[in-house]
Amino acid sequence: MGLLSDPNRRRALTKLLTRLNAPICVMCYLAGVAWFMGLAFEPFTLRTYMSENAMGSTMVEERFPAGERALATGREFAAHKKKVGGMPVDWLVKTMQSRGLEVFTQSFTRKLPFPDENKERYMVRGTNVYGILRAPRAPRTEALVLSAPCSEGNNNNQAVGLLLGLAQYFRSQIHWAKDIIFLVNEHDLIGMQAWLEGYHHTNTTGGDWSPLQGRGGSIQAALSLELSSDVITSLDLVLEGLNGQLPNLDLANLFYAFCQKIGVLCTIQGKLQRNDWDTTSGYSHAAQTMMLMVLKQASGRPWGDHGLFLRYHIEAASIRGINSFRQYKTDTTTIGRLLEGMYRKLNNLLERLHQSYFFYLMPSLSRFVSIGYYMPAFGLLAVILLLRALDLWVQLGASPPGTEDGVAGGVQPSSPGVLSILTPVVISHMTGVALYTLPILSQEMAVQHFPVSETEAVVLTAIAIYTAGLALPHNTHRLLQGEGTEEGWRVLKLVALLYLAVLLGCTALINFSLGFILALSLVPIAAFITPHTPKALSAAIMVLLSPGCTLLYCVFLFQELQETPVSLQDGWMLFLSVISQGILDHALYGSLVYPLLALLIYPCWLLLWNILFWK
Amino acid sequence: MLAVLLCVLVYVFVTADLQETNQVKDAEGQTHAAEEERQWEATEVETNLSLTDTPSDNEADHGQTYDLPQPPPAKDQIQEAAEEKRRDSLETNLVDVPSDKVDHVSDTKKTLDVPPPPPAKDQFQEELVIRPLHSGDTYASFQFRTLWDTDFLRGSKVSHYQLFPKSLGQVISKFSVRELHISFTQGYWRTMQWGQPFLPSPPGAELWVWFQDTVTDVDVAWKELTNVLSGIFCASLNFIDSTNTVQPSASFKPLGVGNVTNQRFLRYAVLPREIVCTENLTPWKKLLPCGSKTGLAVLMNSEKLFHSSFHSQALHIRPVCQDFKSTAWELRQTLNVVFDLHSSDQGKREWSLFKMFSRTLTEACPLASSSKVYVDVTDNPQGELFELSPATPLLSQAVVLGDRRTYSVYDLTNQATFGQTRSLNMLLRWRAAESGVNMLRPLLHGERYVAGYGLQTGEIHTLVYNHHPYRAFPVLLLDTVPWYLRLYIHTLIVTSKGRDNKPSYIHYQPSKDRLQPHLLEMLVQLPPNSVTEVTVQFERALLKWMEYTPDPNHGFYVGSSVISALVPSVVAMDTNSTQERPLFSSFFPCKEESSYFMRVYTEPLLVNLPTPDFSMPYNVICLTCTVVAVGYGSLYNLLTRTFQVEEPSPGLAKRLANIICRLRGVPLL
Repeated sequence: MGLLSDPNRRRALTKLLTRLNAPICVMCYLAGVAWFMGLAFEPFTLRTYMSENAMGSTMVEERFPAGERALATGREFAAHKKKVGGMPVDWLVKTMQSRGLEVFTQSFTRKLPFPDENKERYMVRGTNVYGILRAPRAPRTEALVLSAPCSEGNNNNQAVGLLLGLAQYFRSQIHWAKDIIFLVNEHDLIGMQAWLEGYHHTNTTGGDWSPLQGRGGSIQAALSLELSSDVITSLDLVLEGLNGQLPNLDLANLFYAFCQKIGVLCTIQGKLQRNDWDTTSGYSHAAQTMMLMVLKQASGRPWGDHGLFLRYHIEAASIRGINSFRQYKTDTTTIGRLLEGMYRKLNNLLERLHQSYFFYLMPSLSRFVSIGYYMPAFGLLAVILLLRALDLWVQLGASPPGTEDGVAGGVQPSSPGVLSILTPVVISHMTGVALYTLPILSQEMAVQHFPVSETEAVVLTAIAIYTAGLALPHNTHRLLQGEGTEEGWRVLKLVALLYLAVLLGCTALINFSLGFILALSLVPIAAFITPHTPKALSAAIMVLLSPGCTLLYCVFLFQELQETPVSLQDGWMLFLSVISQGILDHALYGSLVYPLLALLIYPCWLLLWNILFWK
Repeated sequence: MLAVLLCVLVYVFVTADLQETNQVKDAEGQTHAAEEERQWEATEVETNLSLTDTPSDNEADHGQTYDLPQPPPAKDQIQEAAEEKRRDSLETNLVDVPSDKVDHVSDTKKTLDVPPPPPAKDQFQEELVIRPLHSGDTYASFQFRTLWDTDFLRGSKVSHYQLFPKSLGQVISKFSVRELHISFTQGYWRTMQWGQPFLPSPPGAELWVWFQDTVTDVDVAWKELTNVLSGIFCASLNFIDSTNTVQPSASFKPLGVGNVTNQRFLRYAVLPREIVCTENLTPWKKLLPCGSKTGLAVLMNSEKLFHSSFHSQALHIRPVCQDFKSTAWELRQTLNVVFDLHSSDQGKREWSLFKMFSRTLTEACPLASSSKVYVDVTDNPQGELFELSPATPLLSQAVVLGDRRTYSVYDLTNQATFGQTRSLNMLLRWRAAESGVNMLRPLLHGERYVAGYGLQTGEIHTLVYNHHPYRAFPVLLLDTVPWYLRLYIHTLIVTSKGRDNKPSYIHYQPSKDRLQPHLLEMLVQLPPNSVTEVTVQFERALLKWMEYTPDPNHGFYVGSSVISALVPSVVAMDTNSTQERPLFSSFFPCKEESSYFMRVYTEPLLVNLPTPDFSMPYNVICLTCTVVAVGYGSLYNLLTRTFQVEEPSPGLAKRLANIICRLRGVPLL
C-alpha cells in the first residue's frame, strides 16, 4: 500500500508495468496455457476418494440374480414397442403394476421452435411412465430415481428390461429407506424435461405437460441407464449436465468403487484409464480425456438424460453400456448387481451428497483436478486483461502532457465524450440482440424467399447476422460526428477490457471450461488490438479468433479427440448443426450458452472490432 | 348442548335436502357437466346458509380471523357432532346378522370363566381387527380400551388405581388434562392402496391436548407435560416448544364430553422427524393391564411389528359418559400395522396369525371384559375370493367409515374358539393370485409437495381430491409451517376445476421468527369429482449458524397438513342396497349413515434451506474478508487520492538541512 501511495515509487512501478506490460502479458498467457496443460499430468492431480461417510464404510451385498429374465423382459418390451410404433404405455403400466409398483403416466406435447434435423422431430407428443416403489415405514419425503429412455429403433431395450428387472428385485427387498422411482421417459431429454418440470411444478421453457399424480418427496440422486446390447465390454460414466453443471464427485467415486469391486471395465469420456502416466502417450491420453471433458462442459448441453436433474440440485449421472470388440464381456446380471450396490449405498445416505467437490475436471476416473487447482490457469489469463486495463489507465492519466504538443489546446482532453463511447457499446449490443432473436423470428420469411429448410434458415440467418456485425464500425462512424480521438479509442478499449474481464470471470466461476476456452481466444485480441496495428492482418486474426470461429475449432478438436476426425466439408456441416443444437438447447432446456454468446460475448468482441477500425 | 342439538338438526335437514335433489337429478339421468356445476354452486350456497343460520352464542373467539365477513361458527359443532356420531357408529352399531347360525355377541360375553370383574366399574376391552387389503397387504389394528370409573373433573384426589395405568393417571391429575391424544407413526398411510385407516395419524409424533379450564398458565403446563410424556414414552417429545406448537381454532375439537371449545386450552404439535421403534413400543405395552403376557398383546412381537410397511401406535385419553349421570375416563390404546406379505413370499398370498406375528393366540386377557378378533370378510360373502380357517359362526356388521362392512368374529373369552389345539391361528388363503396394484379412489384424499427449484423461494402445493361423483362437501384444512419458511400469504390461491375457490373461513396466524410457526386454517368447499389445489409461496430463511441441525443438508421437515371433513358415506351413495335392508328403512336417507367424520393427513415435506459449507466456515470467511478488504482498500485509495509531484531533487545543502531537521524533530524545510 505504502508502495503505491508513495508517488515516486508508484511512478517507478507504473513505469515498470507499462514498460514490461507486453512481456508480462505474454508470459501470463503462456503460463496460463502451460498450467492448464499441466493439470492432466498425474503427479499434479489428486486421487479420488469417497468423502461421504454414509457411502464409504458401509458394506452392502449385491445379489441381483435375474439378468437373463431382465433381458427377456427387454425383448418383450422391444416387441411391444415395435407393435405400437412408439412407447408401449399400456404394456409398461401393466408390467410395472405386476411388479408391485405404484404406476403413473404423464403425457406431454412440445412444439420445437424449428425442426430438429439431427433427431428428426418437430411436433413432439409422448408419454412418460413411472412406477414408484414405496419404501416401507418411510414417510415419502425422499426418493431416488432410476431412469431409462425409450429410444427409437432398437436402442435401449436392454436398459428398460434391466430397469424392470431391478424394480421387481428391489420390491422384494426390505432395506429401502427412500422411495425409488423407476422412470421410462419417451423422447429422451424432452420427456425428461417434462417429467422433471411436472415433478417440481415449474415451467421454465413453456412446455405443455399433464401434472403428475404421484410423487416421492425430494429426490436425492438419480441415475440414467443406457444399454443397447445384451453383453457389454465397458460402462461409460457421463457427468456433464446442463450449463456445464456437474454432479457431486462422490457419485463418480461411487460408480468407480463399484466397478472396481465387481470387476467391470469403466471409462469416462469413452477412454479407459492408463497406468503409464510417466510416458508421453500416457500423458497425452490423460490430456485428451480432460480436454474432452472441458469441451463437453463448455458446450453447456446435457450429455445424457441425467443432465436436466442437476438444475434441481439432484445429483445425477448417466451410465452407458458400450459394446466394443474387446474380449472381456460383462453380462446383464453383473450390471444389475452394480446398480443394486449403487442404489443400496445411495439409500444409506443421511444427507444429500454434499461432502465432495462440485467443481472438478477428470483426466481419468480415479484422478481429479479440483477448482483450487484449475482456477489459477484461468486467473493467469484474466490478469492479462487487468494488466492491459491498468496500462491504459496509466496512459490515459499521463496523456495531459501529450496534449501540450498543441493538438487540441481548447478541447478538454480527458473527456472524449460519453456519446462516442456509448454509441459503439449500444450498437454492438443491439447487434447481439438481433443475433439472439432474429434467427427464430425470421425463419418463415427466410424459408419463403430462399430454397432452404427451416433449420438451415435459422442457422444461416444467425451466421448472416454474425457476419453483418463486421460492418458495424462504418455504421458507428456514420452516427458519430467528427473524428474519433486517440483518447476515444483508449477509453473504449478500457471499457471493453473491463467488460470482458467481468464477463469471463463470471462465466468461469459457473462453467470453468467455457470461460477458459473463451479467454483463450479472446484475451490475446483484447490485449493487443489498437487502431495502429496493420489493419488487414489484425482483421484476419480477429476474425479467426472470434467466438464463432472458436466454436468451429472446438468442433474439429472434439472430433479429433473422439478419434473420429472429419473432413472440412463434414466439419462445416457439423458446425451448422452444432449451432442449431445450441439454439434448440436454449429453447428446450434453458441452456444459457447461446444467449451468453449472442448477448454478451459477441457484442464485446464487436467492441474490440470497433477499436481496430477506429478513425 | 342445545346449540349442538340445533346444529345437528340443521345439518341433517340440509343434507337431506341435498340428498333429495341429488336423487331427483339421478332419476332424470342428467349428468351433464354444466348441471353438475350448477349443483355444486347450489350446494355451496346452501351449506353457507346453514352455517350462518346457526346461533353463535357458545362460539369461542377466533383469534385473528382475516378477510371474512363472518366466521361460520357451526363447523365446530358439525365436527363435534360428527365425532360423536362416529364414535357411536364405531361402538354401538355392531348389528348382528339375522341368520340362523349367528349367536348374539352380547350373550356370549357372559359365559366366561375369567375371574370376577373388579369391584369398581373399571373395564378393559381388547380387540384386533384384521383386514385383507386390496393391494395384497394385510392391515391389523389392535384396540385396547380401559375405562376408569372416577371423576376427578370435580377435583377429588385419587390415589387408587386398578386397571388404569398409574403413570398416566398421575399425569392427568397433575396437569389437569381434559383430553390427551398422542400418536407415534413410522411410515405413511397409503390411502390410494389401502383405503382409509380406522384411526389416521401423521408420520412422526403427534400430540394434542385439551387442558381443563381451571389451568391458568397453559403454556407452562404444556411444556411440563411434554417433558413428562417424553419420559414416559421414550420419545423426543421434549423437542416440542413454542416454535412447533399451535392452537388450531377449528380442526381439533374435544372428542369427549364437556363443552369447552375455547382454543386457549388446546395445544397441538407434530414432530415429523420422530422415528418410532421398539423403545417407544415397550412403554406403550406396559400401560396395558395384562402387559404383553396374555391376551391379544402377546402378538406384539416387536421384531415382527417393525418388519412392516406401516406402524402406528396411539393413545387417547378422554372423559366419556359412564351412565347418565357420571363420567369416566377412557383410555384407548391403538396399534395399527400393515404387513407387506406380498413381497415376502413371491406372490403367494396367504397370511396367518403366526406368519404375521410369529405367535398364536391361546387365551384372552383375564382382566378383559371382552376380547375379540374381527376379520373383515366383506368382499368375500360366498368365500370365492379367499378361504378363512378356522371358520367362525359369528358374523358382525358395522358401518365403518361410511362403508358397511361384515366381519367374522372370534371371541377369545369363549374357550370353544381355541378348539382342540388350544391355540387360535387364523389362516387366510387367497384363491386367485391377484396381479398388480389397483389404485383405489378414496372419496377424500390429499397430497402435498414443494414446487420450484433453487434455494431462495418455493411453493407449497396441497391437493385435496374429492372423488365423490355428485356431492360437494366442505373440508377444514390445517397447515402448520415452521417459521423458517416465510409464507407469502398474499400468494395464497385456492382453485378447483380451474376456477378460484374462495375459502369461506380463513384463520391465519403469522409466524414470529424463532418463536412461533405459521398456522393456516381454511374451510374450503370441495366441488364433486374434483381436485382442489391450495398453493402458497414461501421464502427460505437463512438461519443463524448455530440453528442448523447436525445434518443440515438432509433438509428441514414441515409437518403434515391436516384435512378434516364430514364425508358423504358410501352407504348413502349406494341406492341398490335394498336387498340387505328392509324397504321401510331406506326411503329417507338415514342420518347416521349419510356422512362420517374423517381426518386425512398429507405427507410431510422435506425442504432444503440455504446451507453454508460447514467444513471450514472460519477459514473461508476470514480469508475472503481479508482479501476483499485489502484489495478494495488499495484500489479505492489509488483511484481517489490525488498525488502531488514533489519538486525535482533539492540541492545538497537543503538535503543536509532536512536531515538535521528530522533529527531535531522540527518540520522539514
